[in-house]
Amino acid sequence: MSTKVLEAIHINKYFHTEQTQHVLKDITFSINTGDFTAVIGKSGCGKSTLLYILSTMDTDYEGDLLIDGQAMRMKSELELARVRNEKIGFVFQFHYLLNEFSVLRNVMVPGLKLGKYPEKELEHRAMEKLKIFGIENQALKKPNQLSGGEKQRVAIARALINDPILIMGDEPTGNLDKKNGEIVFDLFKKLASEYHQTLLIVTHDQEFAKATDRIIEMEDGRILTS
Amino acid sequence: MKRFKLLYDIALALSLARWRQTMVAAVGVMFSITMFIALLGFMNGLNDMLDGLILNRTPHIKLFNEIKPSVHQPVQLASEFKDHFNVIRSVKPNGGRLEIYNVNAITQTISKDERVLGIAPKITVQAFYSIGAIEVTGVIDGIDVEAESNLFHFSDYVTTGNFMDLKNIPNSIIMGKAAADKMLAEIGDVIQVTTVNGEQQQLKVVGFFQSGLRDVDKVQSYTSLGTAQKLLGVSRNYITDLQIKLKDLSLAPAMAKEYRNLFDVDAEDIQTANAQFETGSSVRSLISYAVGITLLIVAGFGIYNILNMMIYEKMDSIAILKATGFSGSDVKRIFIMIALSIGILGAFFGLLFGYLASVFIDQIPFNSAAIPNMKTYPVNYSLKFYIIGAAFGIITTYLAGWFPARKAGKIDPVIIIRGK
Repeated sequence: MSTKVLEAIHINKYFHTEQTQHVLKDITFSINTGDFTAVIGKSGCGKSTLLYILSTMDTDYEGDLLIDGQAMRMKSELELARVRNEKIGFVFQFHYLLNEFSVLRNVMVPGLKLGKYPEKELEHRAMEKLKIFGIENQALKKPNQLSGGEKQRVAIARALINDPILIMGDEPTGNLDKKNGEIVFDLFKKLASEYHQTLLIVTHDQEFAKATDRIIEMEDGRILTS
Repeated sequence: MKRFKLLYDIALALSLARWRQTMVAAVGVMFSITMFIALLGFMNGLNDMLDGLILNRTPHIKLFNEIKPSVHQPVQLASEFKDHFNVIRSVKPNGGRLEIYNVNAITQTISKDERVLGIAPKITVQAFYSIGAIEVTGVIDGIDVEAESNLFHFSDYVTTGNFMDLKNIPNSIIMGKAAADKMLAEIGDVIQVTTVNGEQQQLKVVGFFQSGLRDVDKVQSYTSLGTAQKLLGVSRNYITDLQIKLKDLSLAPAMAKEYRNLFDVDAEDIQTANAQFETGSSVRSLISYAVGITLLIVAGFGIYNILNMMIYEKMDSIAILKATGFSGSDVKRIFIMIALSIGILGAFFGLLFGYLASVFIDQIPFNSAAIPNMKTYPVNYSLKFYIIGAAFGIITTYLAGWFPARKAGKIDPVIIIRGK
């Protein structure tokens, strides 16, 4: 039986600019282990906003969020940082690698922060992750020597380093050309099918979404279908 | 510890990524600490020298008999006028005995006092130097050559000749340079001196003396205690002044009062005699501290700016660190580490170059007729300035780093990631 990795219960979000704007309206849904889910919708429908709330980075919302059965609502900034470090992996539209560190070191940073494994073992694990994506021979290069597609693959390897229960992606192929986009997409599929990794990807790419197990469609701050 | 090392690695990577800026910041700190050390060392060296000019030669407490009218007039002692209001006009001092009574006993008592470093007796003789038919007024001090040299650096001011000759050659004199020039006296010459009582004496010039104050040199000369006693035609226990040097200068006023009551003599302490020197020194020190600390604060603003710029440039890195599980306080620590590294590096080289600058200043020739024993600029190498410099340098950089670091810690990763 699959367990709930993430559960959103009646989440509401307002933007308080000149006028108060109700951007997320009563969002309730859950994600089970092994799900490969895509969130789609037109730009401005609130799908990215939702993702940042689910990722614990945005704490200004109403409603409840459970990750791995734990309520995130009352946690301190320090505890939330710990949750992100241990349980969630991120892939953004932009790779956000640290140019000062080697590719291998970039992958290791979240792992070093967690401190679960000694450095040597972590290095080995990071190599393993790079091997999944076929970029182990680039391990000692600096990120700015890599192509866009390779950088994004390093970013995914980094998201995986702490064996998170959930990987979140915010338009992970949005910044790539068609060929590289397909490579990255295939990698996500591989993670889902071979490694049973739970994935939650926000995208506006219909083809990408069609290949996932489940599509959550959003419009105007509401979930239309899930 | 492992966690600390990771933060340190990141801090190092960020500062090396902008190594030119980091270096400029460190050089700023270095420069200000260098200047701080050089300035304070030089200023205090100068202070010490100027104070030494007077203070070295001034006894902490001077015991003497002042010529003054007696406080207790006979009429007050008479019992029949005790209840009367007595008015006495034109009171004059009597006798005019300048010598200290019972000087041997006083000397022994004071020598046993734990607080006293040493004691040097002195006889002041009013005299005239005879130049042909002309007589020039002068003051000849009879001194205990060794005690005077040990306690009051007498030998430093004897520019020509050997000061010990004063003790070893009978009837010898060390003349003030200006007085000797006036008399065209050379070393080895014999000059004639007339005391106020009319006694005449031939004295052999064995050296010249330069105090740094020309007016003093015009009148002042030195001879031994014995010669001075002979000049005045008095016995061997005639002493007019007892000069006392203390272990702790600050005790002088209290002890002067104590001796005044104990020995029934006049006692003057150094603070009363030379109050203005203390003030001058402390004001000069204050000014140099103010300038030095201003320099450090300016360097602090430099660090503040550079860290602020670094934070704007590294916004993405901060965002991803936060997204992948670094807390705000971790990010804050990283930037404080950068600031402190700049501070410690700058402080280290600042102290080093500050020391070198002091050594350099110490080598610059400085010849002044007023200060004969000074060949180069004076520098004070007190460890105190180095400790203050380093401490202020590190505190300023910490504070300069704290505000940008707090800002970095508060950065909301969502805004940056969304903004792309």
